[in-house]
Amino acid sequence: MNTLQEIPWLDKAPAEASAEQKAVSIQQGLASSYRINLYRNRWLRPLIESRWPQFVLRALALVGFVFAILAGLFGSLVGSHNFAILFVWIAWWSAFKLAFIPLGGRSWCSVCPIPMPGDWIQQGGILRKGRGFGLNLRWPKHLKGTWLQAGFFLMIGLFSALTLTDPRVTGWVFLGLFIAAIGLSLIFEKRAFCSYICPIGGISSIYARPAPIELRVIDKEICAAHSEKSCYQACPWGLYPVAFRDNAACGLCMECLRACPSDNLALNLRPFGVELEKPKTSGRLDEAFMALVMLGSALAFAGVFVGPWGWLKSAALDIGTLPWAGYAGGLLALNLLVLPGLFALAVWLGLKSAEAKHSLKREIANLAQALLPLGLMAWIAFTVSFALPKLGYILLVINDPFGWGWNLLGTGNRLWSPDVAGFSSLLQVGFLLIGLFWSASIVQRFTGADRRRALPVLLFCLVFSLSMLWLLVG
Amino acid sequence: MKRILWKRWFVLSSIVLAVLFIPFPASATTPTEHTFHVNASRFEYTPNKISVNPGDKVTIELTATDVVHGLAIDGYNQSVTADPGQTASLTFTADQEGSFRFRCTTSCGNMHPFMIGKLQVGQNTLLWRAAALSVLALVAGVWTLKK
Repeated sequence: MNTLQEIPWLDKAPAEASAEQKAVSIQQGLASSYRINLYRNRWLRPLIESRWPQFVLRALALVGFVFAILAGLFGSLVGSHNFAILFVWIAWWSAFKLAFIPLGGRSWCSVCPIPMPGDWIQQGGILRKGRGFGLNLRWPKHLKGTWLQAGFFLMIGLFSALTLTDPRVTGWVFLGLFIAAIGLSLIFEKRAFCSYICPIGGISSIYARPAPIELRVIDKEICAAHSEKSCYQACPWGLYPVAFRDNAACGLCMECLRACPSDNLALNLRPFGVELEKPKTSGRLDEAFMALVMLGSALAFAGVFVGPWGWLKSAALDIGTLPWAGYAGGLLALNLLVLPGLFALAVWLGLKSAEAKHSLKREIANLAQALLPLGLMAWIAFTVSFALPKLGYILLVINDPFGWGWNLLGTGNRLWSPDVAGFSSLLQVGFLLIGLFWSASIVQRFTGADRRRALPVLLFCLVFSLSMLWLLVG
Repeated sequence: MKRILWKRWFVLSSIVLAVLFIPFPASATTPTEHTFHVNASRFEYTPNKISVNPGDKVTIELTATDVVHGLAIDGYNQSVTADPGQTASLTFTADQEGSFRFRCTTSCGNMHPFMIGKLQVGQNTLLWRAAALSVLALVAGVWTLKK
């Protein structure tokens, strides 16, 4: 069964309605849901319609990452003097967390260079399609979802102290990502790596849901009547836009907008969090698990990188030693047992005390949506605490990217160190408060007037926020 | 009903303003002089937390036990560097209240950028106010959708 066949209503004949009636209903629908179709904007449309602007951005990102890999593998071993560490973990990571995800959802995926070589091989050309190469197997059904992405993110977390500080390791990790993306594109069809393996894709997929951008079909009946499904044929992710109920899967590559002959797709600007207002229709737990892994990782990384405990930093760094085994065990226990267990217990207690008859699995899937703003804001606060004091190093490595003593900008070894301590702490507190407020409102929305059902989950969110506060500004 | 909601929001806003602006009781202690011996070794300061009262004169004697380490205090524009086996000192008046990170200033290994300690001057009012605001944010989040 392919993606098209998974959509049940496609066989049905389109309802008979005049074009005028349809246009009115669509306009009413769009107006009532506070959406602005950016694809109809006369300035933005040419930029989206042409593949060149996106290709140039991706090519620049590709150059940046290839250069970072080279600097990582051949440059200085001192992380703070190597382009790889500063470009990847300060500049790119901060941009990803502070701008791409909260403002653009999966917008990073639309310019990510990692799948580019695999795409070119699959389609047999760079901008134009030729005779492609690869086995084009379908991804195994039982491996779908974000389980593997959460697992790979946890694996990176186990080695994070080394990955984030050792240029060689950063170089190998990103080279490995490129190789994995190429390898999977040779075996599986479309963007299997991005959809099911890439941990960055996993993070993007869950945190894209509160974002103020969405790509949606305007009128589903037009799609049902269109036999060629050119949007589906064009999508490098193998997605059919009519099936989009949330932002999780779409990588915003814009190919469907370019391919649609009826101009029936919209790139909408919408209110923040509007997608989290409806209960989930499925009881899938992979997104809940990914959301909990992100909470646990935020706590662990804040402890290791912002906390004052040298023993914890050494334990996280000394891979293969007994202290590291303790750190790894603690991180896995926190992410696989403690937080999922506490959250499941909170949801169960809520259901039990409210004597509600809902399925526990579905309730967990629903209420885990409240963890999305909480986790997103916690990661933003952590990124602010982590990256802001290091911004000065970016100029240093642009001046001498390999740490070989170059002086490209003539700025020498002078380090610009902005004192952002007070400002940064206030920002961190602000983001954590926004996350908690947002999460509480989602819990309230899903549990209705029944306070007993909401209380344990609200307490879970509060305890998480207080823990992050203590770690970041305590 | 609408009036009750407005009343609730008015009360909540008043509490938020109170949490933000009501000053903490000032400590009645007279400023004193403190000397702290801080050992800097692989990515760790020992002790990793120093607590003083506002107005105290603080001397930090930094001893690097393995490689060169530094110590710079966020928000205080004060720093010192110690060579291996040597001690260097830094003296300043703790005239700003709150919790401040101090960080290593000399590249000392992989985790150097994250070699961190804490200086607490008086009460960490930001943390207490933020904790109280968290509870209020939770209440506000719940009230947002109350009919």
